[in-house]
Amino acid sequence: MERPLTEHIRAEGEPPTLAEYERTGGYAALRQAVGKMTPPEVRAAVAESGLRGRGGAGFPTGKKWGFVPTGPGESRPKYLVVNGDEMEPGTFKDRRLLEGDPHGLIESTIIAAYAIEAEVAYIFVRWDYQTAAARLGRALAEARAAGYVGRKVAGSDYGLEIYFHVSAGRYMCGEEEGLLNALEGKRPTPRAKPPHPPVVGLWGKPTIVDNVETMAWVRHIVGRGPAWFRGLGRGAEGGTKLYGASGHVRRPGLWELPMGTTAREIIEEHAGGMRDGWSLRGFLPGGASTDFLTAVHLDAAMDFGSLEQAGSRLGTGAIVVLDDRTCPVGFVANLTAFFARESCGWCTPCRDGLPWMARTLRAIEEGRGEAGDLALLEEQTKFLAPGNTFCALAPGAMEPLTSALRLFREDFERHVAEGRCRYGRAGE
Amino acid sequence: MLTEQERAEIEVHAACYLHRRAAGPEALKVVQAHRGWVSDEALADVAEALGVTATELESLATAYTMIFRRPVGRHVILLCDSVSCWVMGYERLVEHLRSRWGVALGETTADERLTLLPAACLGACDRAPALMIDGVLYGDLTVEKLDRILEGLK
Ligand SMILES: Cc1cc2nc3c(=O)[nH]c(=O)nc-3n(C[C@H](O)[C@H](O)[C@H](O)COP(=O)(O)O)c2cc1C
Ligand code: SF4
Ligand code: FES
Repeated sequence: MERPLTEHIRAEGEPPTLAEYERTGGYAALRQAVGKMTPPEVRAAVAESGLRGRGGAGFPTGKKWGFVPTGPGESRPKYLVVNGDEMEPGTFKDRRLLEGDPHGLIESTIIAAYAIEAEVAYIFVRWDYQTAAARLGRALAEARAAGYVGRKVAGSDYGLEIYFHVSAGRYMCGEEEGLLNALEGKRPTPRAKPPHPPVVGLWGKPTIVDNVETMAWVRHIVGRGPAWFRGLGRGAEGGTKLYGASGHVRRPGLWELPMGTTAREIIEEHAGGMRDGWSLRGFLPGGASTDFLTAVHLDAAMDFGSLEQAGSRLGTGAIVVLDDRTCPVGFVANLTAFFARESCGWCTPCRDGLPWMARTLRAIEEGRGEAGDLALLEEQTKFLAPGNTFCALAPGAMEPLTSALRLFREDFERHVAEGRCRYGRAGE
Repeated sequence: MLTEQERAEIEVHAACYLHRRAAGPEALKVVQAHRGWVSDEALADVAEALGVTATELESLATAYTMIFRRPVGRHVILLCDSVSCWVMGYERLVEHLRSRWGVALGETTADERLTLLPAACLGACDRAPALMIDGVLYGDLTVEKLDRILEGLK
């Protein structure tokens, strides 16, 4: 089984230096791209691969790149931004790539910037990823000294400057436009759209924002071709995916597996199944902003299409397991409190609705729920549905809540009826 | 007054963006790295250095979690309170930090040794419950392990 993204990542210690990276074929794809391919050819390869965004929304990367105005006479400079904010609860995949393979990310970033004819790229990393930041900084200095970044990339006429931004911390910095505002030194709120960032982005110029895991593919797709990429997946969707599992499984962890691996294989084989004394009640398949699935969905392929059919989303591919000894009401109360705290306050239903919902869920969990609470909560979820807010934070927050209210209904009702929680404290 | 060192560091960041003002979050981090937190006076000095108003800069300071507008202790603990850490029992750590170490969430100990802050998912959910102290990540925490770590701090 091929593991292109993590093949050279070491379990411990420092990541490969430039020399080590080059010994395993590093920067060959870059030389090939800027030396032998035109930007439209690189864009075509990525489009043909069918690569879809790994940051949560699954938008086809080649299609997004296609929105950027290109050619002479277009508005300049153009920007490429790598999104390494990774704050989606349950998710820890980009950390592995940032810490373990900084040169891989830098090489891909240069190729992607070349493809969209950008002259400046930013790599945006969350505050808490200090190890990643230090390693990336060192790798970038090496790449610059070797002539891969700067006025003449790998001896060509193409020039690129790469800057590095460590966030001051906020979930909304990961949201595409929140991120652009953060880079401009503003509060991380979204912007009115259209126009979308590929046309009007950073400082009003065309800008592409791609997730770290998405970006990591670019050098491989250029080096080995779109057909190879498509062949890596189990089903219709190509590539491999970094899948994670956390909660009361025997071996929580992260694995690079073919796109479309089932949740059962991830949980039962790779994560070793549930710990003794705990059994699976449900799971979030792709981080905090996805609908709960239950045991009947364990054989669903973990790809964008199949999980949508199952009533959820692939999201970030990070499975969070809910077990039978953990209170589903408490679980959702925790998620909702996170979203309420991270709301940027731009839209009323999110700013005022989420804190109310978080308080109500906490009250139900603690046995202070009232008769009409569940109906009110359900009504609220509609106000925060897609289309009512500037960004996907609030609709994302509604996914686990709406599905929990449906799937774990009897738990919510019993909390209200009995005025107490029957579960012990989480983790015990 | 900003020190020469602080000014120099802020200028390095300012050069990375189209407009100086974009370096606001970075500049606040620079000051905080040297002084532990950002006072009103420091905020005004940074605003002047970047050519923005103090109010604009304050709107950033209140939006970003890692900018501290109040003094913090010598060691800052960021305790993950997101879902995987909740499932794995982070609440036990909160209770222990209060009973044994005398620090509650959002507070600083009277001897200014420890500040405890809640944090969003630290991207270490496979090692839940997790926390960071002074920028260093610790995972798979138990109260015993936490005690050993805290006993090792000055
Ligand atoms: C509240 C919120 C937070 C987000 N955080 C991240 C993040 O940390 N990293 C990320 O890549 N995408 C994040 N996204 C998705 C981005 O808006 C965007 O879709 C993504 O970076 C595009 O990259 P991709 O096409 O490669 O997935 C977030 C979205 C929302 C609504
Ligand atoms: S949905 Fe929430 S986080 Fe998103 S823009 Fe509106 S208020 Fe901000
Ligand atoms: S939920 Fe605590 S580190 Fe992710």
